[in-house]
Amino acid sequence: MNNIKISISSTPHIRAKHTINSIMLDVLIALIPATLAGIYFFGANALLRIIISIASAMGFEYLFQKGTKQPITLNDYSAILTGLLLALNLSSTVPLWVPVVGNLFAIIIVKQLFGGLGQNFMNPALAARVFLTISYAAVANNYLPADSAVDVLTYATPLSAIKFNDFVPSFADYKDVFWGNVGGSVGETSAFAIIIGGLYLIRKKIIDWKIPVIIIVSVLFFSFLFKRNDLGFHPIYEALSGGLLLGAFFMATDYSSSPITPLGNIIFAVCIGLMISIIRAFGSYPEGVAYAILFMNLWVPILDRYTKPRVFGTTRGGKSIE
Amino acid sequence: MKIATFKRGVHPKDSKLTAYNTIKDVLPNLTCVLKYPLQQHIGAPCKPLVVVGDRVLKGQKIAEGQGFVTTSIHSSVSGEVTKISEIINATGDISKAIFIQNDNLEETVPNFGDKRDYLSLSRDEILAIVKDSGIVGLGGAGFPTHVKLNPPKDKTITNIIINGAECEPYLTTDHRVMLENTDRLIESIKLLMHLFPNAKCSLGIEINKLDAIRKIESLSSDIENFEVVGLIPKYPQGAEKQLILAITDKEVPSGSLPHDIGCLVINVDTILAVQNAVCNNVPLIERILTLTGDCIVNPGNYRVRIGSSAKNIVESIGGLKEEPFKVIAGGPMMGKAIHELQVPLSKTTSSFIFLTEKSGKLPTERNCIRCGKCVDFCPAGLLPVELNRIVLDNNLNEFVQSDGVDCIECGSCSYICPSKRHLAQSIRAFRRTALSKKLRKER
Repeated sequence: MNNIKISISSTPHIRAKHTINSIMLDVLIALIPATLAGIYFFGANALLRIIISIASAMGFEYLFQKGTKQPITLNDYSAILTGLLLALNLSSTVPLWVPVVGNLFAIIIVKQLFGGLGQNFMNPALAARVFLTISYAAVANNYLPADSAVDVLTYATPLSAIKFNDFVPSFADYKDVFWGNVGGSVGETSAFAIIIGGLYLIRKKIIDWKIPVIIIVSVLFFSFLFKRNDLGFHPIYEALSGGLLLGAFFMATDYSSSPITPLGNIIFAVCIGLMISIIRAFGSYPEGVAYAILFMNLWVPILDRYTKPRVFGTTRGGKSIE
Repeated sequence: MKIATFKRGVHPKDSKLTAYNTIKDVLPNLTCVLKYPLQQHIGAPCKPLVVVGDRVLKGQKIAEGQGFVTTSIHSSVSGEVTKISEIINATGDISKAIFIQNDNLEETVPNFGDKRDYLSLSRDEILAIVKDSGIVGLGGAGFPTHVKLNPPKDKTITNIIINGAECEPYLTTDHRVMLENTDRLIESIKLLMHLFPNAKCSLGIEINKLDAIRKIESLSSDIENFEVVGLIPKYPQGAEKQLILAITDKEVPSGSLPHDIGCLVINVDTILAVQNAVCNNVPLIERILTLTGDCIVNPGNYRVRIGSSAKNIVESIGGLKEEPFKVIAGGPMMGKAIHELQVPLSKTTSSFIFLTEKSGKLPTERNCIRCGKCVDFCPAGLLPVELNRIVLDNNLNEFVQSDGVDCIECGSCSYICPSKRHLAQSIRAFRRTALSKKLRKER
C-alpha cells in the first residue's frame, strides 16, 4: 500500500447514471408503439421504408465521420433515431430512394455540417421531411389511406378532408384517428401509440411534459379562434389527426433544437401551437406541424437569450435583491 | 415540525452505508508520525511555535496565526517535533507542516479537560477561547469560527442556523454525532444562543435522519426561540445560501454575505467543537470522520486525531479490500481527490471515501446535446452550458457578465449532465480567476 497509484480529478466524483446513449435508446423505445402501429396499418411497405431509412441514416453518418476522420459515433443511437423518425414522417407509398435522399439531407447537411450531435439548429428528420415535400412534391405527398377498402374516407388525410372538403367527423372517425386507421405518414396516424410512447418519455424524465401538453392545448385553443370552415368545430379531432402528436412528443422536444431555459420552452411551445393553427387555418397546406416546429427552431437562440432564469440573489433584471 | 427546501438541486444516490455504525475511536499507533499543515483554514497561515527537537504535549498549541482572520493549531498527541517541511495537504495545496513523532504517552497540557461553566464567561472570553482552540468551520470551508461568531458591529444577527443537513452522499458523521452526542449538542446550542441572546435559532436536518430529529426535539423542548426544521433530502441542501433560503425564506443578495441579512450559519460539528473547547477546555485535536467506499473492509464513523495520515487511519481499522482507484477527502460532490495516502487528516476533512475503479472512474466527456438539464437543476439559476462554452472560448469578461461568479460550485450541473461534461470544473476555474482579480458584475 506504499506506492499505490490513485487517480485524481475535479469534483463532482459521482455522476448520474443516464448518458447520451441511454437517452437516445429510451427515445427509440418510446417510438416502438408508433412504429408497430405504422407497420400494422401500412404493412410491409412501411417496414421496408423504415429499414431503408435507418440503414441510410447510419450509412451517411458513418461515411461523413470516416471521411472527416472523426470518431465513429454510430453507437450513440442518434443516427438510428433520425432515420426512424424520418421514416415515420413519410408516407408508406414513397419511392424507395426518397428516404435515402432525405437522410442524406438530414444527416449530412442539417446535422453533421453544423457540427454533429447537439449542434443541429433544426430537427434533422423534420427538416428532411420538409425538404422532401417541397423538392419532390409529386412523390412525397401521396398519402394512402390505411385500409382503404373498408374506410369511407375518400380523401388522403383527415386534415385535408377538413380543409378542402368541409368534412364533418363522426364518432367512427374519432375512433379511426385515435387508433390510427387513417391516411397519413407511417408513424403519425395512431394517436394511441404515440401517446403511449410520449408517456414513457415523460415517466423516464427524458422530456418535460410541458412542451407537448402546451403545444396540444394551444392548438386546441387557437383552432377554436381560427375556425377552419363553417360546418362546425372539431378541436379534438384536429388534435388527434395529422402530425401534431408525433411532433409535440418527439419532434418539438428534440434537445438541440429546443430552448434550454424553462420559460423559453413554454414560449416555444405556445408559439408552435399558434403557428400550427395559423398554417392549418389560413395556409394552402392542410398540415402545419413540421413547418411550425422548424420555424420555431430558428427562434431558439433568441428565446434562450431573453428567457434566462433569475440568478439566485438577484431580481429578474439582474439587480441585487434588497 | 416545519418542512422546508430550496429551488432546484439534484438527488444523487445517498450511499450512506454507515448511517447505523456508532462512532468508534481510532487510536494512532505507536510508530506513527502525525503531520499538521499550517494552513487548514481560510485566512493567514499559522506560524510554528515549536522547533525541531521540541517535546510537545497533547493539546499543546504548536502554531498560531497573526491577525484576526486566522486560527491556531494544536498537537493531538504527545511526542517530539521531528521535522517542519512542505507537504501537499488534503486540499491539494502545498503547505508547510509540523511533523510530530507520537510517543504514545498521551501526556496532556495542564488543565486539559477541566470543566468550565460558559455562563460564568463573558462573550469576549468565549471568543478568545474559540480562537485559541483552533476551531474552524468543520463542514469543509474552514472559516475561522471566532470570526464568524463575531460579525461586524453594524450587522445584527437575527437568525442562527445550525447546519445538520449533511446532504452529501456517503457522509454520516453529522447524523451520528447528533444521535449519539445529543446532550452535548443541546448544551452547545444553548451556548451559541447565549452568545446571540436576541436571535432565533434553527437546526436544519434532512428528514432522512428522523431518529436524530426526534431525539433532538424531545430533548430541546425547554429551549425558547429554538426549532428543528426538517429538510427535504436534496443536494446541495447544506450549501449556506440554500439552507438560509429553506429555513428563513430569504435569499442572500448576490455579492453579499449571510450576516448582511442577519443570518449566521454554522455546522453541527463546529458548535460541538466550540462546546468542547469552552466547557471542557479541549482544543480542536480530533474530529469525527466517515470512512467508507467499496474498497474498505470496515466502513464506519470514527473519532480520529487530526494529523493522522489516511494510510495510518485505514490500516488501524482493518485496511482495504483492494487497491483504491480514487480516494476522496470529503463528500463525493464537493470533496477533493487526494493524490496519495500519506495525506494527513486536516480539520476540515469530513471523510475519506475509498472507491474502486467501477464507482470512482469518471466517464468520458461527450458533445453537449443541449438537453438543458444543467439549467433545470442549477440551484444558483445559472446557465452552466453557456458558462462552459464561454470558458472554453477563454472569455473571462463574458464569464463575469453572464453571472459566472454567482456559481456556488456545488457540481449539480456536472452530476446531472448526460454528456458527462466537466461543467463545474470549467466554471470553478474561471470563477476562481475572476474572484482573484476581484471582477464582479455591476448590480
